[in-house]
Amino acid sequence: MTSIADRIAGPPLVDEADAIAPVVSVPAITLPAGGERELRLDLFRGLALWLIFIDHLPPNLLTWFTIRNYGFSDATEIFIFISGYTAAFVYGRAMIASGFVVASARILRRVWQIYVAHVFLFTIFLAEISYVATSFENPLYSEEMGIMDFLKQPDVTIVQALLLRFRPVNMDVLPLYIVLMLFLPVILWLMKWRADVTLALSVVLYALTWHYDWYLSAYPNGFWAFNPFAWQLLFVFGAWCAQGGARRMSRILSSPITLWICFAYLFAAFCVTMTWYFPQLGHLMPRRVGQWMYPINKTDLDVLRFAHFLALAAITVRFLPKDWPGLKSPWLRPLILCGQHSLEIFCLGVFLAFAGHFLLAEISGGAGMHFVISISGILIMSAMAWVISWYKHSADKSASRNKSTAGNADMAGGG
Amino acid sequence: MKSRSGVILGLILLAGLLAAAPARAEDAPQSCEVPASLLTSESALPKVADAVKSGHPLDILVVGSRSSTINTSDGSAYPGRLQAALREKLPSIAVNVSVELQVKKTAEEAASGFVKLMEGKRPTLVIWQTGTVDAMRSIDPDDFRSAVDEGVAALQNTGADVVLMNLQYSPRTETMISASPYLDNMRVVARQHDVPLFDRFAIMRNWNDSGDFDLFSASHGIELAKRVHDCLGRALSKFVIEAAHLDPAQQN
Repeated sequence: MTSIADRIAGPPLVDEADAIAPVVSVPAITLPAGGERELRLDLFRGLALWLIFIDHLPPNLLTWFTIRNYGFSDATEIFIFISGYTAAFVYGRAMIASGFVVASARILRRVWQIYVAHVFLFTIFLAEISYVATSFENPLYSEEMGIMDFLKQPDVTIVQALLLRFRPVNMDVLPLYIVLMLFLPVILWLMKWRADVTLALSVVLYALTWHYDWYLSAYPNGFWAFNPFAWQLLFVFGAWCAQGGARRMSRILSSPITLWICFAYLFAAFCVTMTWYFPQLGHLMPRRVGQWMYPINKTDLDVLRFAHFLALAAITVRFLPKDWPGLKSPWLRPLILCGQHSLEIFCLGVFLAFAGHFLLAEISGGAGMHFVISISGILIMSAMAWVISWYKHSADKSASRNKSTAGNADMAGGG
Repeated sequence: MKSRSGVILGLILLAGLLAAAPARAEDAPQSCEVPASLLTSESALPKVADAVKSGHPLDILVVGSRSSTINTSDGSAYPGRLQAALREKLPSIAVNVSVELQVKKTAEEAASGFVKLMEGKRPTLVIWQTGTVDAMRSIDPDDFRSAVDEGVAALQNTGADVVLMNLQYSPRTETMISASPYLDNMRVVARQHDVPLFDRFAIMRNWNDSGDFDLFSASHGIELAKRVHDCLGRALSKFVIEAAHLDPAQQN
């Protein structure tokens, strides 16, 4: 969102475009080949954004199409992994091209954008619940309404929100993203030195977090719903893949043994999730396994979730080649466009989920309405992505008239 | 692809609505059917079963937070409705339901008072409703789990059967209260201690989804609350009878 505003604000469009597309604007150094956009990443990030939106709405028909119903991991894993991948890809090249300091400055600029987006969403949330607090008085829920008590001391609440310590439900992903991006310069710097060591350090941090139960506290009590000490593993793993890890893993990925392990694991996870939705199947699940496995901890990125994501990713990479013609199909275009403008579309999705809740509450809570809201939300997200893309494209075009930029500004926004 | 799947989904939805419509028209005042799977439990209530079989009085204690009551005095909250339903279904024995409210107490705070609470009481069954306060205060789910774990153990030590009851489904506050970690952890504890879990959340969500109740409603009146509690009480009575494996002969 900020990036659009930036461009509108200032007349020197070229400079602005430079700031946004730093990678391509430094032609002096030859960059590694492969500047072509990896459409699969956009596709799945777009998909993750749609799924996050649907998961944020009250459960409805479309909820049955989200992956969290069929296994341990959900759209958040996809989102964080791909974010790590693209961020490392874009800013890693920036680091080679223009050095640690400049690349770090660009990353921090991005962090600031995400922070502003988060505060913007918080404002909308505050408006929504202030309204609910004053208008809703169902005696059935007099206990639950106690959650509004924090409105009685807005001074503390708002400051805590700015410190990222007070986060309403559904607003946990951006603060996680902010913290992860904040550490990206260090991660990239380490990766440049030894990528494998960096990944190993990340695993160590993850293990220590589990062992010593590290967490970030939240306001008024509790902890961050996504523990950054644990979730960094996915982000760093994404970055590692972008820095050549994916290529080096290709032999493992193409082995049939890996494939069968993945299938077996996904199938087992599917069976387990089925016992959640059909309690009558519960007795089929050995008690021992249940006791060992539950609860599957989302806050600290349970190993089972991570493994589930790895299995999904391995199978996807295997069966969806980079040059799959479907990636150019107009049917997948909306998904890809959404994935290319992830921050804007993510924020829009959170906003639309709030708005959807509001409509459901004010107009009707019927299944038909749920369905209409979900579908229109997705259409609005796609339309917005298309508009942003069109705008960037035309802005790039006018910029390239002055300077020969390759017109891939989206990439820099991909972090 | 999207438009086509949209059409298919629309048709499914339409079919669902058509199928649901006549069913709703038949049931006169308040239909609040609950799928059988939500009223069955793998875990049993042996003490309740013994009491009923031997004709002893059935003393039930409900320990719960604010959502175990509504602002009326005539026993229209679910514990009162449970008592009425059980008396009707088990006419041969004396059924008595009492309530201990633990307002604004987390599971840990409630559990720490159980020993004292149970002094001098000999309930056959304790129904512990918890989780809401913890979810609102976002207590660490691990701490919550161990608190519920200890609480259940303390209740079982007094020689009573235990039923756990989870949170209400509250769509209006869904964007503010994250229920799922607490629901999950209660399921875990129920499994570990082999106690039945009355899934109030899923049951209420089911009613909302099927259109039996509009739980989004901003109505200020007490009527909706009364009807929901009546249905909860009846569902709970079925759940208890089911979990105690009381066959219909004994119920009459």
